[in-house]
Amino acid sequence: MNFPDKLKYTKDHEWAKLDGDVVVVGISDFAQHELGDIVFVELPAVGKKLAAGDTFGVAESVKTVSDLYSPVAGEVMEINAELETAPEKVNKDCYGAGWMVKIKPANKGDLDSLLSASSYKAVVSAGH
Amino acid sequence: MTSQYRRGMVFNEKEVFGKGSPGRCGVDFSDTGIPEADVSALAPETHLRRELKGFPELSEPEVIRHFTRLSQWNYGVDSNIYPLGSCTMKHNPRVNEAVARMKGFTDIHPFAPESACQGTLKMIHDLGDWLCEITGLDAATLQPAAGAHGEFTGLLMIRAALAKRGDARTKVLLPDSSHGTNPASAVFCGYQAVTIKSGPDGKIDLDELSRLMDNSVAALMVTNPNTLGIFESNIVKAAHIVHERGGFLYCDGANLNALMGRAKLGDMGVDVAHINLHKTFSTPHGGGGPGAGPVCVVKELAPFLPVPVVVEEGGKYRLDADRPETIGKIHGFHGNVGILLRAAAYILSMGADGLKAATETAVINANYVKAKLAGHYHEPTPGKSMHECVFNDKLQNEHGVTTLDIAKGLIDRGYHPPTIYFPLIVRGAIMIEPTETESLETLDAFCDAMIDIAKQAKENPESLKSAPVNTVVRRLDEAWAARNPELKCGICG
Repeated sequence: MNFPDKLKYTKDHEWAKLDGDVVVVGISDFAQHELGDIVFVELPAVGKKLAAGDTFGVAESVKTVSDLYSPVAGEVMEINAELETAPEKVNKDCYGAGWMVKIKPANKGDLDSLLSASSYKAVVSAGH
Repeated sequence: MTSQYRRGMVFNEKEVFGKGSPGRCGVDFSDTGIPEADVSALAPETHLRRELKGFPELSEPEVIRHFTRLSQWNYGVDSNIYPLGSCTMKHNPRVNEAVARMKGFTDIHPFAPESACQGTLKMIHDLGDWLCEITGLDAATLQPAAGAHGEFTGLLMIRAALAKRGDARTKVLLPDSSHGTNPASAVFCGYQAVTIKSGPDGKIDLDELSRLMDNSVAALMVTNPNTLGIFESNIVKAAHIVHERGGFLYCDGANLNALMGRAKLGDMGVDVAHINLHKTFSTPHGGGGPGAGPVCVVKELAPFLPVPVVVEEGGKYRLDADRPETIGKIHGFHGNVGILLRAAAYILSMGADGLKAATETAVINANYVKAKLAGHYHEPTPGKSMHECVFNDKLQNEHGVTTLDIAKGLIDRGYHPPTIYFPLIVRGAIMIEPTETESLETLDAFCDAMIDIAKQAKENPESLKSAPVNTVVRRLDEAWAARNPELKCGICG
């Protein structure tokens, strides 16, 4: 399973990456694998304000429906509208074309409190 | 692999749109003697369809065979064990059907005067009383059409009670093992659904509850026994924490069949509970037919019950709609009365001792399955269970076999799969609810099939990946179907 070192992670299996002024968010390789074939992704309205840990959307797979949690506090600046018609992008390329939202963080420093790739890997292995 | 349940004479059947021949007809209207009317005179042009391409034209025997063949593909509790722990999971006694078809019940009009339908009103009134006795609560509404509708009704009453106190709250707490309808109902009632992580034993974590329970929380929604089939032994303490801080305790009664006659929700501190009559009380609800989700409440919430409420005065029954604090109407007339009748017939024919025995047998059956499959399948929460038991695919994962493959393997052996991938807190969950309906022989045969699958997973995992092979259609591409749903029939365009 692939957990790129340059990303930050949450215990709830989202990844986050600072890209200029915004934090790009998606779900990890482990999450997409566990969910199985994703058939629908519900994303928030642009402009929505989120606290860290708030639900920002829902991923629905053939197996289950799972909430998506915001890794940081901030405002939704952009959503990946392509997932509406092509949710399989999350399965195929969860760290690239399968990104979900871009959030303008209230505090960029919040990213530092998230898990590193190695700590996240430990969380995933402990869960097995 | 040959199945001991499905052999020969299972017909392939095309869609009805591919059948028949132009001009073929099942009915002859030629000699009625009634003059033919011009349809243009009967309906406006915009409502008339002049041409309908591809409309199937079939004879009567063709129509009968088409639907009979399709019905033979069906599977339900009338054909074999249905271990899904869901609607129509247990035997629907035929005496219930006979009672529901009695002319005194079927031939009354919903607007008939109260004096002309005293029997039906008495039945609704008495069934409400019996459900209150079984749950240990004080008042009931029988109107909700199913479980989720009952949740919605119960939460509306909680909201109304809090509004009366001048204490509008914003959140509902739910364990992460809860049924998916619970958070949905909370959101539907305008609350924020907040998840409580379960403890390692699968039960409510009281420390977490204490941390999250404050004066913004309207209710805690629990299921007892929970969806792992485990009795929430801390429920009295949980109720105390919730009540102390001004909230209500809602119990999802989907699993009441594990407690019926043995323990009362009211004694555990529950304020509101809905009951799935189509589960615990043996009424049919398969295929999306009418269900019933009565709600029982404590005294404090009784003024908010939906109207009308059937009340008894001096041996006469009447409908009371003059209840100023009511949440209003939540169903036409009095709910799905035909279903209520079946539940009343079930309670009367079982009697108090029979209901207790049903509960005990359901719990014993689940523990029997749990003990028989232990070692063959991993148990995420070892030990005794209540009415259902949960395994997962951890042992089979070593051979690349998943819960989905196990479910498909069961289909090849003539069994409907149990609930899979739920509860969400168990990775690869397989939740089995045998109910009290099943005989020892059926339970043994089902367990043998499960054990045979575990063996196949170890010895020939690849073959299990291609299951089912004995069905009319093979493994479906569920992801493709969900991503490209086709919701119209062949001729709708």
